[in-house]
Amino acid sequence: MEPAPARSSFPPMANTASSLPRFLTRKGVPLWRDVEVLKWTAQIVSAALVIWFVYFFISNVIRAANARNLGLGYGFLDNAAGFPIAESVVPYDPSRSFGYALWVGFLNTVKVSLVGIVLATVLGLFIALARLSTNWLVSNLAGIYINIIRNVPLLVQLFIWYFAVFQKLPPVRNAIALPGPVYLSQRGLYMTGPAPTETFRAWLVFVVAAVVLAGVLHRLLLRYQVQTGRTTYPLLSATAVLLGLPLIGWLAVGSPPLTITRPVLERFNFVGGLRLTPEFVALLVGLVIYTSAFIAEVMRGGILAVHKGQVEAAKALGFSTPQTLRLIVLPLALRVIIPPLISQYLNLTKNSSLAVIIGYPDLFFVGRTIINQAGQAVPVFLLIMAVYLSLSLFTSAVLNVYNRKVQLVER
Amino acid sequence: MSVGETVIGPPARPTPAQWVRKNLFSSPFNSALTVISVLVIVLAARGIGRWVFVTADWSPVVQSLRLFAVGPYPAEQLWRIWFIVYMVSFLMGVSGGRFGGTVRTFAVALAVAFGVLAVLPISPDYLPLDTRLRLLLNPVMAVAGYVVGRRAPIQARWLPLAWLSSFALTIVMLGGFRNVALLPYVESGKWGGLTLTFLLALVGIVASFPIGVLLALGRQSNLPVVKALCIVFIEVVRGVPLVTILFMVSIILPLFLPDNIRIDRVLRAMLGMTLFAAAYMAENVRGGLQSIPRGQYEAAKALGLTGFQTTLLIVLPQALRVVIPAIVGQFIALFMDTTLAIIVGLLELLAVGRAVLNSNPAWLFRDMEVYLFIALIFWIFTFSMSFASRRVEAAVGLGKR
Repeated sequence: MEPAPARSSFPPMANTASSLPRFLTRKGVPLWRDVEVLKWTAQIVSAALVIWFVYFFISNVIRAANARNLGLGYGFLDNAAGFPIAESVVPYDPSRSFGYALWVGFLNTVKVSLVGIVLATVLGLFIALARLSTNWLVSNLAGIYINIIRNVPLLVQLFIWYFAVFQKLPPVRNAIALPGPVYLSQRGLYMTGPAPTETFRAWLVFVVAAVVLAGVLHRLLLRYQVQTGRTTYPLLSATAVLLGLPLIGWLAVGSPPLTITRPVLERFNFVGGLRLTPEFVALLVGLVIYTSAFIAEVMRGGILAVHKGQVEAAKALGFSTPQTLRLIVLPLALRVIIPPLISQYLNLTKNSSLAVIIGYPDLFFVGRTIINQAGQAVPVFLLIMAVYLSLSLFTSAVLNVYNRKVQLVER
Repeated sequence: MSVGETVIGPPARPTPAQWVRKNLFSSPFNSALTVISVLVIVLAARGIGRWVFVTADWSPVVQSLRLFAVGPYPAEQLWRIWFIVYMVSFLMGVSGGRFGGTVRTFAVALAVAFGVLAVLPISPDYLPLDTRLRLLLNPVMAVAGYVVGRRAPIQARWLPLAWLSSFALTIVMLGGFRNVALLPYVESGKWGGLTLTFLLALVGIVASFPIGVLLALGRQSNLPVVKALCIVFIEVVRGVPLVTILFMVSIILPLFLPDNIRIDRVLRAMLGMTLFAAAYMAENVRGGLQSIPRGQYEAAKALGLTGFQTTLLIVLPQALRVVIPAIVGQFIALFMDTTLAIIVGLLELLAVGRAVLNSNPAWLFRDMEVYLFIALIFWIFTFSMSFASRRVEAAVGLGKR
């Protein structure tokens, strides 16, 4: 066997020659074909282009703003808004500041999105189960629903709900009464519902404590059961805490924290009860129905993705059907369902900006009103976009964390 | 479907009674569901039927068919739109003849649809004889195209090019020129209706394609600055609602530009749609790029191709092939998203509907008819497009490669 030539016997040529900078002594590839040089040139050129682009825009904006005597800062947010907002979660009147008005709009966006997400999930699950039904008729009815809803633009659906349905409801005098009682009229939807009293806040503490305790208890008991094999009834105990603690709180705070309020028709309008504006209801119904069709498809896909073998294996291990569903099918299906489900939630939130066309005062609507009133188009717009953007970045961050966690479980 | 003969192979078809038993009455719960569903269907069908044929007043729709189709486009220039429609019918026929299969089915469906439109039982006041004849010319063009497609030796790759140039021709025909007598200038404010809806979606998807490909490549690149810029653009655009982008290009863009540059409203909306579509296109293309196995890059390198050549000749052709279904899906979504242009004051289909309702006080309570009609138009187009794309996908085996 020949000995391999020792590498150290070939001294590196270029480096020993001099201590001059490398780019002066370089040999071989000419500068314009050197990959490193080309890469850096491409980056510097593209960065310069973008910087020039941004500079061009910004300088124009500043010139336009100066010409119209508009500042570009956010100082105006402290000025009085001066316009009313039709509905608000928190107390609002026109003397409050622009910044506060935007906050009100943001809360309205949150309100319609949260309620919409909950309802769309429930309806979507219902449609998904119907679509998966072994009953041919039910399954096809659900299929038709999904097909129609997904193939008609959301805005057209919102137009139908607002302009063709809720605006065309009878006047208050002849309100349509539904069981509940729920009254539908041009003024919106009046319904029987709970109203908080002065002891509500104290009771809320009990409710929050119950939720936290139930969660912790469920985890601990489950861990104990897994470690020792003893039956600890985690779900049962957690449910008991979840229901029991608020009940104790209800009795403890003295007077009931919630009363039932019913709408009663008086001379000109309903008094009492919960009122939902036609704009809110139309937007909510439109968003819920539109999103539910997409959620149904997501859930159907997730449930179908659970391999049949998993169910059979669970059966073989002696799991009961509810146990199989709860402990095997659901966790496996959820892993597939949750990422697209959350992006549907995000879509619903972004779609709620269509409120602007039917006059529900969400973030975008209030922002546009402010632009019309104060003329501060650029700062207001940046603010609105930043809010939506941070919502979606937050969502994708949560999703990434979730995916990483799920992937760890995967084998 | 003949039942009775015993054939070897799949199990015999169930008899109707068996089928009903299995699919509708397999358990007491299922039987109850069936009964309830039948009740719901009967009641709904009766209610809807009565409303459609008795209660509803379709006059705002029937009397405004032209507005829905072309908006306020000048009547004496309508031949230009007819020309575009004939061109599409002809090309559809050629494509059907050349490719056969699902494309042919689609071409036939289009021709039949025009034929049906031509014989709709509508008073001649609103659908005059010459319009009917013009509509009927479309099936003729389609048949002519079909014959050409079957007989003429046309290479398959020329057809996409023909479609692309027909698209360019469409824009030229719609807009015209300021100093050409034959094609006088029609300002974009006069474009409207279904024409504008299609135009917005088509421009959005066509113009966003190259931008989206560049963005996707940029996002994959190993140049940190380029990559960061692409990521920022894609994530920002995807993170905000389309309304905000449309609103920005229509309200803020004029502020961004120097005083001597003015972009008209339709063009601004198109710009917004394009930017929006480009970010989503980039993500679609990225999916395609990621589906290319490493071996392809390595093989290209082994053959001595440069990075640029690898991307252009090896990676992109394969990646774009994979993402065609996604792009069709995106086109359908964009087609539906064009309705948002109403917010920045464009006269697309939905805005025409609103204008029609406002034009006559007698139609104050006819919103349902008009908006349902618009919903039906959208449904017909989106459903047939997604149906066709699924069929084509299955026929070509695109998803399976």
